[in-house]
Amino acid sequence: MFQSILFYWIAFVLVVAALGVISARNPVHSVMFLVLAFVSSAVLWMLLEAEFLAIVLVLVYVGAVMVLFLFVVMMLDINVQRLREGWTRYAPLGIGVALVVILEIAHVVWFKAQGFSMGMAPQPAPADYSNTEALGAVLYTEYVYPLELAAVLLLVAIIAAITLTMRQRPGLKKQNIAKQIAVRAEDRVRLVKMKSEKEQ
Amino acid sequence: MGGLMDSMIVTWMSIPEWVRDLVIILVKIIVVVLPLIICVALLTFFERKVIGYMQNRIGPNRVGPMGWGQPFADTLKLMLKEIIIPTNSDRFLFLIAPILSITPAFAAWAVIPLNPEFVIADINAGLLYLLALTSFGVYGVILGGWASNSKYALLGAMRSAAQMVAYEIAMGFALVGVLMAGGSLNLGEIVMAQQGGIWHWFMLPLLPLFVVFFISGVAETNRAPFDVAEGESEVVAGFHVEYSGMAFAIFFLAEYANMILISALTSIFFLGGWLSPFEGMPILVGTWLAEPSFFWLALKIGLFLFCFLWFRATFPRYRYDQIMRLGWKVFIPITIAWIFVEGVMAAMNIGPWSV
Repeated sequence: MFQSILFYWIAFVLVVAALGVISARNPVHSVMFLVLAFVSSAVLWMLLEAEFLAIVLVLVYVGAVMVLFLFVVMMLDINVQRLREGWTRYAPLGIGVALVVILEIAHVVWFKAQGFSMGMAPQPAPADYSNTEALGAVLYTEYVYPLELAAVLLLVAIIAAITLTMRQRPGLKKQNIAKQIAVRAEDRVRLVKMKSEKEQ
Repeated sequence: MGGLMDSMIVTWMSIPEWVRDLVIILVKIIVVVLPLIICVALLTFFERKVIGYMQNRIGPNRVGPMGWGQPFADTLKLMLKEIIIPTNSDRFLFLIAPILSITPAFAAWAVIPLNPEFVIADINAGLLYLLALTSFGVYGVILGGWASNSKYALLGAMRSAAQMVAYEIAMGFALVGVLMAGGSLNLGEIVMAQQGGIWHWFMLPLLPLFVVFFISGVAETNRAPFDVAEGESEVVAGFHVEYSGMAFAIFFLAEYANMILISALTSIFFLGGWLSPFEGMPILVGTWLAEPSFFWLALKIGLFLFCFLWFRATFPRYRYDQIMRLGWKVFIPITIAWIFVEGVMAAMNIGPWSV
C-alpha cells in the first residue's frame, strides 16, 4: 500500500519534471527539472530494490554530468527568441516521435493484458543481499571483457577531448613549481660584506 | 507510577505499526540533527576563539560568561534581519538554493554510525549514499550564485563548481581504497574491520588516501585555504554575496555542518570511528577507556574540526590554477597509484587487508 502510494507520487513528479524540461522558458530551469527527473527515477529504482543503480544514477548524472551541464548552460548566452522560432516547422516531427513512444507503451500494456508473461517478476531479495556485491561479481567475471572495452573507449574519449582542446601558445609565461620550491636563499640574495661608511 | 507506565505502553501498542515506526524514525532524526545544529553554533564560537588565540587576540568575550552567548546572539541577529531579494534575480531558485545546500549536509548523517548500536539507517550501500549526497551539495552553491544575478556571485559559483567537481573525484577514489580494505560499503562494518587497537586503523596502511581524503574534504567544504569561492579580497563574498538574514545563515549553517560531516567521515574511515585507541591494552582492559563508545568518535571529530580551524589560521589562500593542479595532477594520480598497490597486495595476500 505504502509502496504503491510512493510509486504513483514519484511517477507523477517524474512526469511533471520531464514535461518541465521541455516547457520551461529558462534553460537553467530546464536543467533543474532534468535533475528532478533523475532523482525521481532513482527513487523508482530504489522501490525495485536496485539500490546500487539508483545511487549511481544520482552520483554520476546528478552529481557530475548535470553539474557540468548547468555550468555550460549558465555560461552560454542563449537567445530565447531564436530558440522559439520555427515551432510549427518542428511540431509535426515531435508529434511523430511522441506517437511512436505512445504506441510502444500501448503495445507493452496490451501484451500484458493478453496474459503473456514478460519475464518473471523478481522475487524480493533477503535483507542481507548486497546488490553491489552481486553486480560486481557478474561484472568482473562474466562480463569482464565488455567492461574493459567500455573502459578503453572512455579512455580514448578522454584523450581525444584533451588533444582537441590542448593548445600551446608561444611566448606564454609559466611557473615551474618544482623549480620555485627548490629555490634556496643563496640563489636569490647575495650578501655583500663592506665596511661601514663614515659621514664626512 | 507503574500504572501510568503500563497505560502508556498499552496506548503505544495500540497505535498502528507504521505510525509507530514513523515516530521512532522521527525521534531518531531529531536526536541526531538537534545536537548537530547546536554543535554548529558552538563551532562558530570555537572558531573565532581558537583563531583569535592563534593570532594573539582574545576573540569574542562580551556576551554571556566568557563569550559563550555569542553564537546565540549571532543567530538571533540573523533571524531578525530582513531577507533582501535582488531585483531581476530568479526568485524561486534564489530561495531554494540555501535549502539545497543544507539538505545533503544533514541527510548524510542518516548512515553515520554514532556508536556500536546507534545509526538511523543501517543500509548496505552507505558509502555510496554518502558520495551521492556530498556531490549534491554543489547545486546550492551554483544556483545561489547564478540566481543572485550578480557578477561576483556568478564568479564565485563558477570557481566553486569546478573545484568541488575536481576534488570529489579524488575523494571518491580515496573511498574506493577504504572499501577495498574494509570489504564492505556499510559504515558500521568498515569500522568493525579496523578493530584491534590503534595499529589496525586504516590511517596507517592507507596513509596517502587518508591525507588526500581529508584535504579534499577541506576543499569540498570550500574552507580556507581552498576558499576561492568566497575569497573576500577577490569576489567580495562569492556565491552568497547577495544573501542576507536567515537565507545567509542557512548557507553558513550548511558550511559548518559539512565541516562536522567531513570530520566524522574521516574519523570513521581512517581513525576507527567509535573504537577506542586503547583497545586491547592489558592495563586498561575492562575500564571504559578500552571500550568502544560515542566519546571516542566525538573526540576524533573534535580533533579534525580543530585542524580545519588551524588550517584557516595558518595557510594563505591557494591560487585558483594551483587548486586545479593539486586536485587533478597530484591527488588523483596518488589515489589511483595507492589503489593499485593495495590491489596487488590484496591479491598476493600481503598486508592487513585480506580478500
